[in-house]
Amino acid sequence: MNERDDLVLDVRDVRTTFLTPRGPVRAVDGVSMSLRAGETLGIVGESGSGKSVLGRTVMGLVSNSPTTTITGECRIAGLDVHALKPKDRRKLWGPEVAMVFQDPMTSLNPVKRVGTHLTEALRLHLGVSRKEADERAVDLLRQVFIPEPVRRMKQYPHELSGGMRQRVVIAMALACDPKLLIADEPTTALDVTVQKQILDLLATLAADRNMATILISHDLGAVEGRTDRVAVMYAGRTVETSQTSRVFNAPVHPYAEALLASIPRIDDAPHTVLRAIDGSPPNMLNPPEGCRFAPRCRFAVDRCHQESPELRELADGTADTHLGACHFPLLPARQEVS
Amino acid sequence: MRRISLRIGELIAVLFVVSFGVFAMVTLMPGDPAVAILGEGHPPQDYENLRQELGLNDGLLHRYWDWLSGAVTGDLGTSLVPPQTDVTERILGALPVSVELAVLGLVIALVLAIPLAMWSAAHAGGAIDRMISATMFATLSVPSFLAGLLLIMIFANGLGWFPRAQWVRISEDIPGNLHHALLPAIVIAMMELALFTRILRNDLIVTLNEDYILAARAKGMPPWRIMVTDALRPSSFSLVTLMGISLGRLIGSTVIVEYLFALPGMGSMIVTSANQGDYPLVQGAVLIVALVYVVVNAGIDLSYGYLDPRTRRVHA
Repeated sequence: MNERDDLVLDVRDVRTTFLTPRGPVRAVDGVSMSLRAGETLGIVGESGSGKSVLGRTVMGLVSNSPTTTITGECRIAGLDVHALKPKDRRKLWGPEVAMVFQDPMTSLNPVKRVGTHLTEALRLHLGVSRKEADERAVDLLRQVFIPEPVRRMKQYPHELSGGMRQRVVIAMALACDPKLLIADEPTTALDVTVQKQILDLLATLAADRNMATILISHDLGAVEGRTDRVAVMYAGRTVETSQTSRVFNAPVHPYAEALLASIPRIDDAPHTVLRAIDGSPPNMLNPPEGCRFAPRCRFAVDRCHQESPELRELADGTADTHLGACHFPLLPARQEVS
Repeated sequence: MRRISLRIGELIAVLFVVSFGVFAMVTLMPGDPAVAILGEGHPPQDYENLRQELGLNDGLLHRYWDWLSGAVTGDLGTSLVPPQTDVTERILGALPVSVELAVLGLVIALVLAIPLAMWSAAHAGGAIDRMISATMFATLSVPSFLAGLLLIMIFANGLGWFPRAQWVRISEDIPGNLHHALLPAIVIAMMELALFTRILRNDLIVTLNEDYILAARAKGMPPWRIMVTDALRPSSFSLVTLMGISLGRLIGSTVIVEYLFALPGMGSMIVTSANQGDYPLVQGAVLIVALVYVVVNAGIDLSYGYLDPRTRRVHA
């Protein structure tokens, strides 16, 4: 057994290109990452940075088609999902990898009962009887703390609140005991008071099952303290990745730094102006040459506009890796100056 | 339950308006019923007496009331044209033929349209989709009399698989009846098929972009199963609505097909009696067609509750 075999997920240099009428769009442009059982990875970035497409590409939900080209390798349970036949790929969805979607208002079928949502996957993948599937489904609803689970089974999605629905979506994803859970903005559509409950629930469930989790979010607060590692994405590329605490405490990429600085802090003085990042994310039909963040970067020099920086080790002598894609990373000495 | 009784109240109101419309419209038909009955060349007093006897000299509302009170008890009057048969009886003879043709035609159209629409939607924009679309529009652009004639020439006259110009009542001989009804039903189905397929295909494409379809895919459900269990029901509103309208429309207006196949249906009966100035028969037949139309569409409205559970409870 080599080292790669015990990885739940192993992604190497994956690129997702959509052919649109206006030209090809590289939504994901050379991303690598890997996860072990029980590990949690946060993927953060602005809207349109390619986070969701990355999540879908990784599990093969976005796959090669006349309008989509995928290169690189996405291995789940040692199998390259994009090399598998669709039928074999579907066998991974449920028992190996599952996804929690953003909006529980739209990700449950309005004409199907809660119970059906849960039991159909159980019956398909595990081949259990109707009765056993029902029992397991009730148990799943209990695990996500839905009160009166037996009664809920017969209800339709519209009879539940947003938070309850997202719990159903989570229960649905957990039905076949996946080894990897991809949560794509799982709390974005929910009330603030419910967001924390859902995030904590996901963390508990992942820990109990030793399940690897990818938490995709534009909300840095959701990722901080709930993930082991974090990857910051910008314009389809990873610009910085390391342990979550290191990225949050000492970001090396100017984009990561600016993103973190834009979070309003509770201890800010009243009337502090929000530190938004000037400019807007690049048009992916025609991304800028060189570093894609250069047009918005306050440190950018000529080289940044010409030469694209590689993702490289920037750790200052410590054992842990801290990768960044910047010609002039913000190392501690530099941060003091600026 | 409240919902249903509300619907029935609405239904009665609609029928009331429709019945008056039918009555008033037919009254405006040109020609004097008395002349139609007696023929020309009688002394004027004869016509006047007959008009008096038929109540034609009474006011419109008075006559409407007489007609309506008869109609609710099932008495739609007597045909004016010899042999002056009972209108209700004539309609009861013709209605089953039209209903059977319409229902059979729609069933054939649906059985073909649903899989074709699914296939099209699954390959939206691709070669299969375009081919199905083109074929559908080709059938739509063939006039039904031409399609009917061609089918008769090929399958009835040429191959001799189907009889023509005969009708066997369903109460007499079911296989024989189907044998006679199939060819005209196919002509009717051809008129509806293209529209059904198109409507369902378009709605399916919209539904297939919904998040819950993606979520179903992410669970590993096979595409055909997602199509049948997840996409079809939420996509069938327009189709079901269209079907209700088609069914109501077809019952009174399959004239061309009825003439082609010499079938004793409602359409040809209405046309013939209108030409003869047989106004009680026209009024009765049009009223019954309207009744079927209104009842079918009320049924369609109620079926929305099955199609979408969100509409089941009305939160006022």
